[in-house]
Amino acid sequence: MKLLEYEGKEVFERYGIPVLRRHGVLKIGDGTDKLDLQGQGPWVVKAQVLAGGRGKAGGVKVAKTAAEARDLAGKMLGMKMVTHQTQGKALTVEEVLVEDACPIARELYISVVMDRKNSCPSIIASAEGGMSIEELAHSHPEKIVKVAVDADAGLLDFQARQLAFDLRIPQKNFCEFTTLTRQMVKVFLDLDANLVEINPLIISGDGKLIALDAKIVTDDNALFRHKDQAAKPDHEASEIEKEAKAIGINYIGLDGDIGCMVNGAGLAMATLDTVKMAGGDAANFLDVGGGATVDQITKAFQIILKDAKVKAVLVNIFGGIMKCDNIAAGVVEASKKVHIKVPLIVRLEGTNVKEGKAILARSGIKIEQADSLWEAAQKAVAAAKK
Amino acid sequence: MSILLNKKTKLIVHGFTGAQGSFHAQQCIDYGSNVVGGVTPGKGGTEHLGRPVFNTAKDAVKATGANASLIFVPPPYAADSILEAADAGVAVIICITEGIPVLDMVRVKKRLAAINACGRQVTLVGPNCPGVITPGECKAGIMPGYIHKKGSVGVVSRSGTLTYEAVWQVTSQGLGQSSVVGIGGDPVQGMNFVDALQLFQADPQTEAVIMIGEIGGSAEEDAAKYIKKEMTKPVFCFVAGKTAPPGRRMGHAGAIVEGNAGTHASKVEALKKAGATVVDNLSEIGAAVAAGMKGKPKAKAARK
Repeated sequence: MKLLEYEGKEVFERYGIPVLRRHGVLKIGDGTDKLDLQGQGPWVVKAQVLAGGRGKAGGVKVAKTAAEARDLAGKMLGMKMVTHQTQGKALTVEEVLVEDACPIARELYISVVMDRKNSCPSIIASAEGGMSIEELAHSHPEKIVKVAVDADAGLLDFQARQLAFDLRIPQKNFCEFTTLTRQMVKVFLDLDANLVEINPLIISGDGKLIALDAKIVTDDNALFRHKDQAAKPDHEASEIEKEAKAIGINYIGLDGDIGCMVNGAGLAMATLDTVKMAGGDAANFLDVGGGATVDQITKAFQIILKDAKVKAVLVNIFGGIMKCDNIAAGVVEASKKVHIKVPLIVRLEGTNVKEGKAILARSGIKIEQADSLWEAAQKAVAAAKK
Repeated sequence: MSILLNKKTKLIVHGFTGAQGSFHAQQCIDYGSNVVGGVTPGKGGTEHLGRPVFNTAKDAVKATGANASLIFVPPPYAADSILEAADAGVAVIICITEGIPVLDMVRVKKRLAAINACGRQVTLVGPNCPGVITPGECKAGIMPGYIHKKGSVGVVSRSGTLTYEAVWQVTSQGLGQSSVVGIGGDPVQGMNFVDALQLFQADPQTEAVIMIGEIGGSAEEDAAKYIKKEMTKPVFCFVAGKTAPPGRRMGHAGAIVEGNAGTHASKVEALKKAGATVVDNLSEIGAAVAAGMKGKPKAKAARK
């Protein structure tokens, strides 16, 4: 799960990682009087969205007066935002954070990531913050510092010191910095995170080390031991995705018009690729699971058809332990229950495929059958274009 | 010959008496695998599916001489079961369980590395995988046995049903498989592509290899380096997720494009450069292997 900036900062505060004073978070429907604007300002108004590059897209604004801060926050709420990370799609700003503004003397980059290749957490850092770490990794790989972390011991003192020297941390901030890095690793391990990122980590005009931003991504697989996190809303998932998740179906909404139902994540991905190759676009990724029972297929149809864009449905199931005749009976029963009005293309393969195909053919339901995934994709694309 | 499993494999099943464990253990037995018993704490001394149940892996190994483990234990306890199997002396551990926290696997890998550094040889396959099968000899996993046929094509894959698809195409072409290994879809896992390719390269029965990758991580790029440097046998690849949106986990915990890392394009390019055959259309992988094997003389003798 991805945490919003202010949620991440609440975590940082608990671990003693310095952040700026926050003056409230507005959600859609809140009045701007909910903000508690203490102090003299200036304030920063920040859109709480799960995409980088929001500054350039108008999602970060500075206000000199309290009235201006309220005004900017009110306007930002509900705003549609496109950044370089949203693939051309507009995100709606549903929450806005207001916090102290702060003069910046220096920016750094630091994160703790799960290093898949070395099977351990790693710190990635650079003395040059503020810019995209990916760009930096590409253009100046020598400017990136990497430290492998032991998942049981955490960051060792000498590793923290090495990092501080490598990043040329001023002597005045040295201990603050080594503590901060150790605490970042602790957050990572305690929360079962995949990513804890501060970009930028700043040294302020008055010489303090401060986490200006906070990005935390936690491991969904570990939610069973983080009940508090599991109870929080998933900001990334759409309504349909949440509904699907609740009934045990893995669904991700996409932009196309061909609904897909597949068993297995890899085959589901390959199905989307094949649809694209046939000249169409899938409306969703959907893994119905290994079981593919009548109940599960019915639910999957219902989820797919909630998306009004869907003009055809492609079912691609490899009958393994669950035999094709059983799956075919399930598809027939489910499609009778759900009343599918768009063309239905089914490709079955595996055990008892002949029996399965016969069941589909004599069901009386209008189903177009295909022998291979490629043929099914072509038929689905043609059907959606009609 | 084959890799990882053969007729002599003595298999124990962890989570033996649970719903998943029972169902799939029975399927393995029906296929002809030598399942010698199972482990369920608290049920030691009883019998299940006609096999003895033990409280611990240690008891099971002592009584049966088991040398392979198949794990169906639920996610919160699965990492512990892997380590229990390793400690009991099992050499090949296959973990089917989906949903193990990544940090648990980080700790498992560290412990296994320490065990192997002491001179033992423990191989972990998975987690979140369909398992391993050597057709006609031993099935340790959840794959449908009947789609396989004994033969000379090795298959290694990060995905379950995608593996079945590839295997089925190979079988439909009249060819067969030496062994089929599902390494699983998690970001931190036991055996990786390179480990499997090494075994296939050294296995005299294997004449060609199918490798099914997907977006996320760099296992395919690492495999490409190995293929270029060491493989004398032809490798046929498919990489799933060409059209997947970046930043989203496509079902598998490990199938995610993060920034510029783990993209489809980078994997395909690396594999093509390494001399592997990459098919864009999944429906063509069986035919590609058949065509590739027909024209070619038998693979050179395996390098050590």
